[in-house]
Amino acid sequence: MQTFSGVGVAPGRVLGPVRQMPKPVQEPAASPQGASNIPADVTVESQGQRIKDAAKAVQAELRARAATASGEGKEVLEATALMAADPMLVKSAIRLLSPETPGGARTAERAVWEAAATVAESLKALGGYMAERVADVLDVRARIVSELRGLPAPGIPASDVPFILAAEDLAPADTATLDPAKVIALITSSGGPQSHTAILARALGLPAIVAAPGVDGIGDGTEIYVDGAAGTVTVDPGEELRLAAKTWATQASTVAAFSGDNALADGFRVPLLANVGTGADAVKAADAGAEGVGLLRTEFCFLDRDDEPTVQEQIAAYSAVFAAFPAKKVVVRTLDAGADKPLPFLTNADEPNPALGVRGYRTDLTSPGVLERQLKAIAAAEAANQAEVWVMAPMISTAEEAAHFAALCSAAGLKTPGVMVEVPSAALTAATVLREVSFASLGTNDLTQYAMAADRQLGPLATLNDPWQPAVLQLVKLTADGAAAASAGGSTRPVGVCGEAAADPALAVVLVGLGVATLSMSARALAAVSAVLATVTVAQAQKLATAALAAPSASAARQTVRAQLPILDELGL
Amino acid sequence: MSERTATIASRVGLHARPAAIFAEAAGELDIEVTIAREGEPADDAMDAASILSLMSLGASFGDVVVLRAEGAGADEALDKLVKILETDHDAE
Repeated sequence: MQTFSGVGVAPGRVLGPVRQMPKPVQEPAASPQGASNIPADVTVESQGQRIKDAAKAVQAELRARAATASGEGKEVLEATALMAADPMLVKSAIRLLSPETPGGARTAERAVWEAAATVAESLKALGGYMAERVADVLDVRARIVSELRGLPAPGIPASDVPFILAAEDLAPADTATLDPAKVIALITSSGGPQSHTAILARALGLPAIVAAPGVDGIGDGTEIYVDGAAGTVTVDPGEELRLAAKTWATQASTVAAFSGDNALADGFRVPLLANVGTGADAVKAADAGAEGVGLLRTEFCFLDRDDEPTVQEQIAAYSAVFAAFPAKKVVVRTLDAGADKPLPFLTNADEPNPALGVRGYRTDLTSPGVLERQLKAIAAAEAANQAEVWVMAPMISTAEEAAHFAALCSAAGLKTPGVMVEVPSAALTAATVLREVSFASLGTNDLTQYAMAADRQLGPLATLNDPWQPAVLQLVKLTADGAAAASAGGSTRPVGVCGEAAADPALAVVLVGLGVATLSMSARALAAVSAVLATVTVAQAQKLATAALAAPSASAARQTVRAQLPILDELGL
Repeated sequence: MSERTATIASRVGLHARPAAIFAEAAGELDIEVTIAREGEPADDAMDAASILSLMSLGASFGDVVVLRAEGAGADEALDKLVKILETDHDAE
């Protein structure tokens, strides 16, 4: 039994065959200046025929997939199939095979690569809908080049049976095409706990392990066992692990229900809220028992846009979310653009250090007006619905910024302004920051990346980028203590958590022990977090929090706390 | 050389589904058909069977385009293609 270990990012114990994600297609080499890397026995005609055949083969494969797809997916596949054997694309590639073209004769692979790049450039220049098709052209190019090389087509492998997907890492585009009915777990050799793979796995409730070196070398079809809580992958598992997977499947169905009204063993209430992005998400979250929304990501109505959405469009988008939670709390985060979420009309793509750049609330400095119009839309949507609307700004660093944001909210008629605490300076000065606003919400993903100075997306930094780091927990405690000090003699300023940390049931116990009042997570995680919180009292949670703070490392903190929570092992969490 | 003009009837213009339907129909013909915006030289006309060319043509709703073809059955083929362009495929 060979085993691999990595960072478990979504719990679950499953058994199944591995399918490897093909490696990204490498750019075919260009001919060196004046020389040719084309063997003497190939002719322009034979290469031209190879290109035509490869294009036809890719087209046939895409058509076959379109035939089994439905709805929008079917239309996209059909359009992509047409592009694959597009006469203009094929002709311009064949033209590049000729020794008379500027730059000399190309190999078939190189000719397809360059011809498609030219098409992609011209579509990009047209902007709007055309620019969005660039990805399709590049996808077709990768498929034709793979076909010419006799390699499997890029993208998530097609399969009739459910499988465990292994990859080096997944890109956002891959995660969009992943079929949760076919993929039962994700394992990657690189990537970190905040990588796209990890975020997708949590949203879909798929067991997942990242940063597990070697898993991208396991042979296709090999049967493996994945334990997403322990972070281990076992090749050719024995009887004992088979049984563990079976037991987990039964338990998972019992944990799957959350009734709302979350409380600890002593009856202390800790409302569990959901992180949502759209009206459809909100409906699902309400069905899953969420007691409100702890994070409404408003980027969804801004992303993929060349210009700012109108106030009317925004009102409609926010209303769709508010309508799912009448008389419940909905915390709206104002536009969080920048860094990994660039927007052409707000952010500057050329910043040398985007994570430390003009992002989040800071875009109000460079594009004044956008935030005020958004607050106006939120206020109008609140007036048209029954939800209790709270509003918070991302990336607040100082009390001054908090005060300015509160003034903007007040001018828009919004009664409950708050701040995200993601920048360590806001945590360190929470007592003064919270005097300016009514609440705070800890964004643990960014707070961890800034406290540890470790990029969220980098696999080698995965152990630093861990919300269990005692330094991060200390910042959580400082925020909760600062809020309590700011509340003294006045109204209570609650502190919530809306980062991925809240979805880790063991860490959720620690956060409550540190003084966090509400936890917001992807709707999938509600039941597991609730089941674990129900087994501890406030006093026990505080004791575990103290132990975690005193731990010498993130892994020691995690182990110490997990050892005191037997329910985790019982439920396979 | 046969020639026809047509006015784009699909609300989204000549891309997405309307372009796919048109390119597919042009690709099934035995003769080569070109497409250009009205008033542009015939030399700049593009292959009507290429969805990528159609997309870069960027013809919007109400724009007039010129189709050209040569050889046996050209008139018949062009009539058929004009009909496709002058149908609003989004309304279906």
